[in-house]
Amino acid sequence: MEADAAKLIGAGLACTALIGAGIGIGNIFGSYLSGALRNPSAADGQRTNLLLGFALAEATGLFGLVIALILLFGF
Amino acid sequence: MYFGDVNVSFTNSAFFMTLTVLTIWLFVAGGMRHASAVPGRWQSMVELTYEFIANMLYDTVGPEARRFFPFVFSLFMFILVANLIGMIPYTFTVTSHIIVTFSFAAFIFLTVTILGLFNHGFKFFTLFLPSGVPIFLAPLLVVIEFISYLTRPVSLSVRLFANMMAGHTMLKVIAGFVISLGAATYGVAGIIPLAFITALTGLEVIIAVLQAYVFAILTCIYLNDAYHIEH
Repeated sequence: MEADAAKLIGAGLACTALIGAGIGIGNIFGSYLSGALRNPSAADGQRTNLLLGFALAEATGLFGLVIALILLFGF
Repeated sequence: MYFGDVNVSFTNSAFFMTLTVLTIWLFVAGGMRHASAVPGRWQSMVELTYEFIANMLYDTVGPEARRFFPFVFSLFMFILVANLIGMIPYTFTVTSHIIVTFSFAAFIFLTVTILGLFNHGFKFFTLFLPSGVPIFLAPLLVVIEFISYLTRPVSLSVRLFANMMAGHTMLKVIAGFVISLGAATYGVAGIIPLAFITALTGLEVIIAVLQAYVFAILTCIYLNDAYHIEH
């Protein structure tokens, strides 16, 4: 197999990391929503943690994207 | 332009960094020009950002972080304005280069480590051993905690870099689709990718603000690790 073909396949496989990112983000917002619907007055206090958790989950998915880009344009 | 052996030309990156700093300076200095006890609109905005960062820092760390307030404020404002300036068409996004974000992250990591060692001495290493861990699990956990501590600068820098670069790359790719779909259908179907781009640009503005906030609050959390180790 040529190196270029292997690079493209590898980049495609590396993007499967975004599955985990999607699940994680959905999980975080779902938990926040169910908690906020039960206890609306406590929702504002957790807004900070919500945004922080969202960014951390998104970052993990984007690490996979960075690997894909390194494979495509780095070698 | 060379200074001895080093290339010090005034690049796009340098120009937009200067523009960022100028914008921040105009915003803050302009707002505080006719400063009064009852703030006008511009002064209110400056005071709002000051209070936002101050509350974030004091809630996370506590009053001994006063000396870090100028640093966190400058960091937050620089990343925020640099991200937002990058959303204007035909500009250059300063934070979409890994060297810029890695410089920030490496500086923060070194500051926190050295500060922690200075404040706590060798008890700083109890950071890697959470309390209430059974003794046979401890060696493995220390190794895992140590490695995850070392990846802090990497994750901090790559998060900002990947968000900015991926956002702009995605916008450019879909903009290419506008041209190719439009050319294939005599300009009719080109409106669909254009609607996508409009929505995505809104999302990118939200992400620009959010990533600046997350960078700042993670800095505050890491500073808290340097000051308070409750293990």
